[in-house]
Amino acid sequence: MTRLTRRYRFSASHRLHTAALSEDANRELYGKCNNPWGHGHNYLVEISVTGAVQRDSGQLVSVSALDDLVHGKVIRDFDHRDLNRDIPVFEDVVPTSENLAVEIRRRLSLEWPADFPKLAGVRLWETKRNIFELMNEEQQ
Amino acid sequence: MLITRRVEFSASHVCANPALSAEENRALYGAAANPHGHGHNYALEVTLEGAPDTVTGMVFDLRELKEILQREVVGPMDHRFLNREVAPFERVVPTTENIAAEIWRRLHPNFSGAARLANVRLYETEDLFVDYSEATP
Repeated sequence: MTRLTRRYRFSASHRLHTAALSEDANRELYGKCNNPWGHGHNYLVEISVTGAVQRDSGQLVSVSALDDLVHGKVIRDFDHRDLNRDIPVFEDVVPTSENLAVEIRRRLSLEWPADFPKLAGVRLWETKRNIFELMNEEQQ
Repeated sequence: MLITRRVEFSASHVCANPALSAEENRALYGAAANPHGHGHNYALEVTLEGAPDTVTGMVFDLRELKEILQREVVGPMDHRFLNREVAPFERVVPTTENIAAEIWRRLHPNFSGAARLANVRLYETEDLFVDYSEATP
């Protein structure tokens, strides 16, 4: 089994708040993350692919092609943005790192080239201490 | 239980397939095809799987693991030009994928006892790494 993992970074702000709960319940649930003005993180995303190494190139995938896809579909949109207000899906969905990982996988899956190896997983570091991992088999 | 030891080595390489033209190699590998080569500080994480020995309390003797990694990987590869000095990279393109698989092949015969080789993870840079493993009976 060969699996290649590439790390990418973006910095963004967000606020955890759900319209389904009262102001007090939101404060109680999300704590500091419910701060009305928002706050930000240096996110780190690990994208893993798995499959057969190509005989000619000795590679699983062209890293520059993978970079183009991830930059184009994820990093460019998210970097130096406010997730709640700049990324349409987070108008209705709370931009927790769980939901962010699902959105990253959704964006990549939609545009995943047919000749790429399988997307094996998305791992999102919100901080050095909080890490969220989505395996490919998991349903949203 | 899994135990992992990390070692580092620095080496140079060129990613170019001799069967392809210079232009094709440039298109395929980009700057990594520069003919005079370039280098990386590679980091290798080797993971063994087994149960702690009932007498020693260890899955594997870490001193012995250190010696194996030195003998099989760091000694032969550190401060070397992989394409010219380390077999089989005179004929196999030394991509991270192929180096990880070669490290597995070199290490695997050393672990025939209670602890089995479970995974080889090779970092070419902090932001790019390959995991390699083979199913063992």
